[in-house]
Amino acid sequence: MKILVCISHVPDTTSKINFVENDTKFDTNGVSFIINPNDEFGLTRAMWFKEKQGASVDVVNVGDASTEPTLRKCLAIGADNAIRVNAVPTDSYFVASQLAEVVKNGSYDLIIAGRESIDYNGGVVQGILADLVEANFVNTCVGLEVDGTEATAIREIDGGKETIKTSLPLVIGGQKGLVEESDLRIPNMRGIMMARKKPLTVVEPTSSEAYTKAESFSKPEAKGSVTLVDASNIDQLIDLLHKEAKVI
Amino acid sequence: MSVLVYTETENGIFKKAAFEAASYAKGVADALGTSVTALAINANSASELGKYGVEKILHISNEALDTFKAKAYAAAIAEASSQENSEIVILSSSANSKYIAGLLAGKLKAGVASNVVKLPLSTNPFTVERTAFTNKAFQQTTITTGKKVICVSSNAFGLIENEVSCEVVDFSINQITDTVEVVSVDKASDKVSIADAEVVVSGGRGLKGPENWHLIEDLAAVLGAATACSKPVSDMGWRPHGEHVGQTGKPVASNLYIAVGISGAIQHLAGVSASKTKVVINTDPEAPFFKAADYGIVGDAFEVVPELIEKLKAFKALSN
Repeated sequence: MKILVCISHVPDTTSKINFVENDTKFDTNGVSFIINPNDEFGLTRAMWFKEKQGASVDVVNVGDASTEPTLRKCLAIGADNAIRVNAVPTDSYFVASQLAEVVKNGSYDLIIAGRESIDYNGGVVQGILADLVEANFVNTCVGLEVDGTEATAIREIDGGKETIKTSLPLVIGGQKGLVEESDLRIPNMRGIMMARKKPLTVVEPTSSEAYTKAESFSKPEAKGSVTLVDASNIDQLIDLLHKEAKVI
Repeated sequence: MSVLVYTETENGIFKKAAFEAASYAKGVADALGTSVTALAINANSASELGKYGVEKILHISNEALDTFKAKAYAAAIAEASSQENSEIVILSSSANSKYIAGLLAGKLKAGVASNVVKLPLSTNPFTVERTAFTNKAFQQTTITTGKKVICVSSNAFGLIENEVSCEVVDFSINQITDTVEVVSVDKASDKVSIADAEVVVSGGRGLKGPENWHLIEDLAAVLGAATACSKPVSDMGWRPHGEHVGQTGKPVASNLYIAVGISGAIQHLAGVSASKTKVVINTDPEAPFFKAADYGIVGDAFEVVPELIEKLKAFKALSN
């Protein structure tokens, strides 16, 4: 089985979010970048397929050279090859088109993407990709088993879960649950040394246009201060929720 | 040229998110001087949508579509949009609608904007405002394609009644062979889901163990609320992952969010910040959640919550 894991390179979850150039660009100053958490759960599941079922695992990112440390980290975790499509990821359709090209050229059986990236939260790249490469698609995937070309997936739905039978080629939008938080791997020294020698191929983008354009960003207004209620005066809280907030 | 909205049903009944999407579609249609057409699948009472400004409903009755099938549903929406010549398709942000969104955008060669919180800032160019960076920012995005897909954020636009007379038209689609087959569904039918809940009660490590979760469940029961938890609680296995809310868990956009024994890590606060009113109960007055909450009680959950439950019961009994 050939697996491709799509990796977004995103600001660490604790990052302060600021914008520059007249609020048109994300301020990367002082921000550390990580593997998108939803993608990391998928990558870790891919490692399981590699170790238990002999799958090969490639990782891909659409981005400029600044994303290479993130791809190297994926190699250190255990991916075999990394591919970087040398383009700034401007929009979901553009990214999906680039990934579709990589998928077609590499004839992958299983494509693991995340439910969404934690920066732009678009959440649609994986669906567009599945449509473009005409593969089966399971979103918000929290469990995946593959047996030959048959796949069993668990999808998180509003208020529960459902079990799905499908087949390869398959695209999933993964998230926590594919593996547990405690299964995530921190690259060890040997992995980091080996990652330096593994291939990281840079490919040029195919001509594809973006369908949306980010014009500008703004930040939510600062919140007013909290109204503290004394623990001995719970009636007051109920009164505030009823009369002031009007939520009960 | 009408604006098309996909209105989701569950067991034949429209979800609140469907009415919200319809309300939003009406706003967009008004801005463009056109009308709203809805696509509904196996709805018991499709004409209910007239209350939210939908003039025409394309209704599919098809047993094969009783269980959700993303590919077939996306194909049906695409077909409706081409029949109606609709350039704009509105979806909600439910798990199923988000599942459809990418497939549909691929099919229509459409630009997509998800998590949209406001009516378009302008219709030419077509610019919308959406959340990004897990609610830590807004992004103003222009969709440059003719066909556009918009997912409206939950509980951001609200339900806006706008009664119009509506006609229900039968609509059928070609048989779609979907090779993604749902074999079983595991869903608590007696519990409200986090996505649909008006009120969410959430517990953190401050509850000290899963054996104390009756406090959260009892409080939720009085309020008709969904239950949720913080990330450490789900990672320790006290509660299932499906209840984890925050940046890597589920987003919450309820009217009322009550956090019990949750300190308020930045990732948690981002994930719940779309909730309108937030209440925190925590022993530590320095907990970051107090800076993000509207109301707070510094106190021991094991004392405060039982009393809150009793007093809420009395309040509910009185107001009924």
